[in-house]
Amino acid sequence: MPLLRRLFILALIAASLAQPAMAQDDPFAGLAGDSFDDIRHGIETLATSGAPQAAAVIAALQEGNLYAGPDAALFIKTDDGWLDARSGKPATEVAEDALNPVKMNNGVRRAAEAAMGSLELYSPDAATRRHAAEAVLKSRDPAALEGLTRALAKESDAGVRRIMEQARASALLATPATPEAERLAAVATLRARGDLDARAMLASLTAQPPAVAEAAATAVIAIDRMLQLWGLAQGVFYGLSLGSVLLLAAAGLAITFGVMGVINMAHGEMVMLGAYTTFVVQDVIKSHAPYLFEASLFIAVPLAFLVAGAVGIAVERCMLRFLYGRPLETLLATWGLSLAMQQTVRSIFGASNREVSTPQWMSGATQWGGITITYNRLVIIVFAAMVVAALMAALRYTALGLRMRAVTQNRRMAAAMGIRTPWVDALTFGLGSGVAGMAGVALSQIDNVSPNLGQGYIIDSFMVVVFGGVGNLWGTVVSALTLGTVNKFLEPLAGAVLGKITVLVLLILFIQRKPRGMFPIKGRAVES
Amino acid sequence: MASFRNWLRGTGMAAAAAATLLTGAHDAQAQTTIKVGILHSLSGTMAISETTLKDVMLMLIEEQNKKGGVLGKKLEAVVVDPASNWPLFAEKARQLITVDKVAAVFGCWTSVSRKSVLPVFEELNSILFYPVQYEGEESSKNVFYTGAAPNQQAIPAVDYLAKEEKVQRWVLAGTDYVYPRTTNKILEAYLKSRGVKDEDIMINYTPFGHSDWQNIVASIKKFGTAGKKTAVVSTINGDANVPFYKELGNQGVKATDIPVVAFSVGEEELAGIDTKPLLGHLAAWNYFQSVKSADNTAFIAKWKAFTKNQKRVTNDPMEAHVIGFAMWIKAIEKAGTTDPKAVIDAMIGISVPNLTGGYSAMMPNHHITKPVLIGEVKADGQFNVVWQTKGTVVANEWSPYLEGSKDLIADWRSPMSCGNFNVKTGKCGGAK
Repeated sequence: MPLLRRLFILALIAASLAQPAMAQDDPFAGLAGDSFDDIRHGIETLATSGAPQAAAVIAALQEGNLYAGPDAALFIKTDDGWLDARSGKPATEVAEDALNPVKMNNGVRRAAEAAMGSLELYSPDAATRRHAAEAVLKSRDPAALEGLTRALAKESDAGVRRIMEQARASALLATPATPEAERLAAVATLRARGDLDARAMLASLTAQPPAVAEAAATAVIAIDRMLQLWGLAQGVFYGLSLGSVLLLAAAGLAITFGVMGVINMAHGEMVMLGAYTTFVVQDVIKSHAPYLFEASLFIAVPLAFLVAGAVGIAVERCMLRFLYGRPLETLLATWGLSLAMQQTVRSIFGASNREVSTPQWMSGATQWGGITITYNRLVIIVFAAMVVAALMAALRYTALGLRMRAVTQNRRMAAAMGIRTPWVDALTFGLGSGVAGMAGVALSQIDNVSPNLGQGYIIDSFMVVVFGGVGNLWGTVVSALTLGTVNKFLEPLAGAVLGKITVLVLLILFIQRKPRGMFPIKGRAVES
Repeated sequence: MASFRNWLRGTGMAAAAAATLLTGAHDAQAQTTIKVGILHSLSGTMAISETTLKDVMLMLIEEQNKKGGVLGKKLEAVVVDPASNWPLFAEKARQLITVDKVAAVFGCWTSVSRKSVLPVFEELNSILFYPVQYEGEESSKNVFYTGAAPNQQAIPAVDYLAKEEKVQRWVLAGTDYVYPRTTNKILEAYLKSRGVKDEDIMINYTPFGHSDWQNIVASIKKFGTAGKKTAVVSTINGDANVPFYKELGNQGVKATDIPVVAFSVGEEELAGIDTKPLLGHLAAWNYFQSVKSADNTAFIAKWKAFTKNQKRVTNDPMEAHVIGFAMWIKAIEKAGTTDPKAVIDAMIGISVPNLTGGYSAMMPNHHITKPVLIGEVKADGQFNVVWQTKGTVVANEWSPYLEGSKDLIADWRSPMSCGNFNVKTGKCGGAK
């Protein structure tokens, strides 16, 4: 008996010694905690522990692939099965039912980002180091100071070096022991960065010596002045971007209404058809050829042109040609057509919005000086320019374009010259509709693809065409860009709602003075 | 004849419920069924949200009939379509009450549609169950509000951000109509009462369906650089949310920098949009599909079976109808009749289980008690609950933070029986 008892006591002692020792030595334990605070502290402990698996585990946490089980067991879920988080080796016999993903909230996410930043400062890849330095910069963590100093000593890339110095400055300012001279230098470093992040950092400084606080305040004012100038350029970009959207939406109408004179209320629905074509293309690609996804828009553009164009030709042949010269009936008939098309799409695709994804190359933004340029908007600006250029070239240099111009200028003379005017009408309307369809592809990237998509653009399109001068493609271009820019500069002053109203009122006043728009077509053809 | 036509329409829309209704109608005359009006838009802009609620009601009615109906009678759904047309709501409500003689109506979504039917229900003394979170500042004898009042959604969300995320600067962004404007007015008054300064609040309104958010997101970003933690409280409604979140993502505003808490974005709205840019942004509701409780699991399974679609999601207003319907059945059993007068009196004090594992009770102000949950958007379009109230919260139908309503209370028990009793003057401001 005594032996057994002694053994038992020994075991108890061993257990009581081992228990806390294990919890303290295991840098991973916090991640399996219950509360968000535990997990956050767990990340910080792990990041500073020097455990070789730390970066992989925190990365898995960020991806949502880290799972915790009973007894602080941690596993990483991969496509090939489970890995033990502590060793990084494949884990067998994982009781999946007992596992739960490690909980995340924004606090945990922030901690993970900062931790990854400090872990990846030594990464061999310069882009990763840059990203890491940015993360450390945002975290303003005094604990990262040592790591930054070491990383700076080794850093060879000048760009990354600069960001690391800025990150070091932000950490220095947050460290109570920093001497005043170094603080002032840090403020100067951040001032030189001169962007919104730097401004936020300088504005949030607390408990600084008076000289530093003053330097920070001056720096904020200087940054604000710079940002204001950049703000003007940014406003021009926003204006261009909205203008290009308006231009895309109106380009087709500039043909059907501007050149042919058809008041086409179903124009918006042609745009919608283009957007739905994009949806169908992406849907087919997702289920049959996922590797083509990044190219989906390139496939959708010609298809949307064909689909909307074909519908346009059918509409012209079956309906509009009986209504030429009767604008009121045309207006009512095309309006009815627009309702019918909306309902048809609603019956086929359902009333709810359809998801059209943005390819990777169109997501995100780039910083150009103080201007943020979002890729999707940039692509749309370029696309709009290409569409208009192609349209102008088609009207100018192709046989169809020549006939179109001939028919619109003098129908009877053109007919006498042997041009089949009914077919030219149909093809012109098809061209206008097809361009609207292409606009739909672009709009699907920035707006909701729903049966009501077109309704939101029909008024704007008519506005652009009338303001620019009916029948003048250049007028449409200038008018779209003007309206876009005016709108975007009014918006911050008056608010989105009032801004729009102001633009409308200005437009009405302008049309009162110049009923034919900015660039009216002159000549006998118009007078008659 | 008209009622027969409506009966036909109702059954036509409820293909799944048709069999039950048919047998119910065969073995009985018109008086032996209890009619339930369903007043949700099945076409127009609101159809996206409201059609789901119609389906939920049909499911609940079918289920109740399987249990033998109520008071020995079967329930019969009468479905009408007000087509997202606010005046038509009033017409259809009148038709439901006077022609179809329904015992109660479950319906409406937007505040403007509720305001439109309100006089009809008061004039004809019928019952409306309103299932959507709304701006408060109202209490009618004939309406039971099963959605959240501002203090059951907006104010706890602001408290959460102030406490957990240490937010000190606020952007109140909303769509330009009555719900966001009133809610933001309450929030502004609340924030100021907590010492937030004028310059730390930015208010922005945009039209329905706004799609170009470049300027606004840029100004939010700029607003967030004053050195204080900033958050956006969004009452942006409908599909304008999609381009808004996309622009936030494109301009690199992450939830870890400037979190957005939304009051009108739920599972149904997230279904079918790319949730990558939304990760970590927040929503405040009284129910999330992801809540783990036995009742909720059963409800989700029933819903998926009823709609024959494994991908269908559940959301907060659906839960409100589940609670409202259960309360109504209980009140009928308690009153022993479906007469609205008796049922209205019997409703107060009734308590039924909600789907988040607790109980909700009907209070004398005709609002129900609810737990408040804050969720973060996950990659799969569901919410990860990061915070919730300990118990349930009683609704403040009249906001204590607004000058015009801080002295008002509603109590529909006799002898007070008033929707806007002024405790200062001791008088009821009308609305008996």
